[in-house]
Amino acid sequence: MTQASVLPPKTRARPADDHSEGMSYLQNVPRRIVTLWIPLLIICFVLLFPFYWMALTAVKPDEQLLDLNRYNPFWTWNPTLKHIEKLLFETQYPRWLWNTMYVAMGATTLSIISSVFAAYAIVRLRYKGAQWVGGLIFMAYLVPPSILFIPLSTVVFQYGLFDSPMALILTYPTILIPFSTWLLMGYFKTIPFELEECALIDGASRWQILTKIVLPLAIPGLISAFIFCFTLCWNEFIYALTFLSSTQHKTVPVAIVNEFVDGDIYRWGSLMAGALAGSLPLVVLYAFFVEHYVSAMTGAVKE
Amino acid sequence: MSDDAMVARIKPARRETTSWERLKANRNWLGFWFMVPAMAFLILFLAYPLILGVWLSFTDARIGRPGVFVGIENYEWLAGDTNFWLVVFNTLFYTLVASVVKFAVGLYLALLLNERMPFKAMIRAVVLIPFIVPTVLSAIAFWWIYDSQFSIVSWSLRNLGLIEGNINFLGDTWNARWSVIFANVWRGIPFIAITLLAGLQTVSPSLYEAATIDGANSWQRFRYITYPLLTPIIAVVMTFSVLFTFTDFQLIWVLTRGGPVNATHLMATLSYQRAILGGNLGEGAAISTAMIPFLFAAIMISWFGLQRRKWQQGEDN
Repeated sequence: MTQASVLPPKTRARPADDHSEGMSYLQNVPRRIVTLWIPLLIICFVLLFPFYWMALTAVKPDEQLLDLNRYNPFWTWNPTLKHIEKLLFETQYPRWLWNTMYVAMGATTLSIISSVFAAYAIVRLRYKGAQWVGGLIFMAYLVPPSILFIPLSTVVFQYGLFDSPMALILTYPTILIPFSTWLLMGYFKTIPFELEECALIDGASRWQILTKIVLPLAIPGLISAFIFCFTLCWNEFIYALTFLSSTQHKTVPVAIVNEFVDGDIYRWGSLMAGALAGSLPLVVLYAFFVEHYVSAMTGAVKE
Repeated sequence: MSDDAMVARIKPARRETTSWERLKANRNWLGFWFMVPAMAFLILFLAYPLILGVWLSFTDARIGRPGVFVGIENYEWLAGDTNFWLVVFNTLFYTLVASVVKFAVGLYLALLLNERMPFKAMIRAVVLIPFIVPTVLSAIAFWWIYDSQFSIVSWSLRNLGLIEGNINFLGDTWNARWSVIFANVWRGIPFIAITLLAGLQTVSPSLYEAATIDGANSWQRFRYITYPLLTPIIAVVMTFSVLFTFTDFQLIWVLTRGGPVNATHLMATLSYQRAILGGNLGEGAAISTAMIPFLFAAIMISWFGLQRRKWQQGEDN
């Protein structure tokens, strides 16, 4: 404040969208509150409110849910675990959670293994046409599941995979491989070529180079690719909706949409509890690996 | 290597080993085998279905019946179907509005997050949460927020005295359109903001300092420094954003299933409804195939965006 009053008005009229220490003296506190903190608070509030609402609904007693006038809707003083209990013991929710986990782990593992080989071959073996193949894989990234699910459903049927988790474990890699290959290509490029040359001169085979030199150095990239693929699998909906039909094989997103909505009586409490329980594993994973998520997201875009 | 040295001393086995060794060292041969797993997946479950989808769109296949070639009958039928054209309009409107808003708010948020401030890492982590949570599950939360009777938004506005009755978010044609667009924007902002932020962080602060000394105001700094340096990454991010908004399925399916009176049906949801629920695979495939030209346009934009980036950075890969 004091600083601001010393400065001539013209200088004060320059807000800064920079982050340099050198120029921050051009700003004052009230100005920062208006241009930075208030918009940021509003955006964060809008981004987070649905989750607060989800969590609150999951623990509110039923009568408070449907009577907004007698009880303050934004808070509850007597939370209940009834909805969560119902979810765990009266539905097949644990089973669906397990299905989702199983499919996500299977598809992610397959994709990462395939991508490591493909990325290494494109970046380091540089076989004839590697550039082209890299470009084609990028193109595959741009083919969305929404235009593939109809023909894929007939393919899945032909291969006899319909209504089995294998249908998802084998089709999800088409979404994951292009992404993780591009991400890993970026990581492999940063590993100095000299390391590999040294190993080659010392007589290491390509396999030894890959497992003993390249992979240990690319561990951050592998973690990024792994958790990002895992999140994508968890998020996938249209394939799971199309290829699975029996209740006990469903994944969480499909089961919540199809099994929880009966007629017109929406079971909001348990629906929200289900949505919350389905999000928590990812949010916990995210909390531990924030930096990896960010580098996965930005890395794949930058490459 | 010690094994090889041993082998080298044993004369008769030598010739055979060397040709095998030579093959093992051949990059094309090795490269081929390294590519096999990824290519198997992509060919079997991506390239083949893509071609099969185009073929299906020229047949009258139904679920459980292969179908025969009928030429462009499916497309002719779609061209005369007013519902289909309504859906095309919905899809374009949804994509255009959602992408523009997402870009504007996402860029604004990225600029805000790029400032020096306390708890920066934490705020950035919080902003990304909508992107982490599965779309279907957050859409369910939106469904509850948009409930016609117990909507918290209606309740708050009513108690503030801004509206008289409850807003019928998903029951009215235009309300439903704006509601799904809002949910899509909500879900898409974090991705755009965080990727653009990564781009912003690579811009050297000394450029801004120099411009400020030369008397540039904040708009000029944005227009002549930030924007040009960010263009390549904007091109890529927006390509992805447009692509995935255009082919959106989950959000619509959870919130409205295309209703009311097809006002929020997108091409993806319509093709699901006709192909899987209606059993009319050929017609559904024709709707999916009709999306390809739009996607191709998006890919071309991305391609030129990437070219421009290479040109700017002088890379030669």
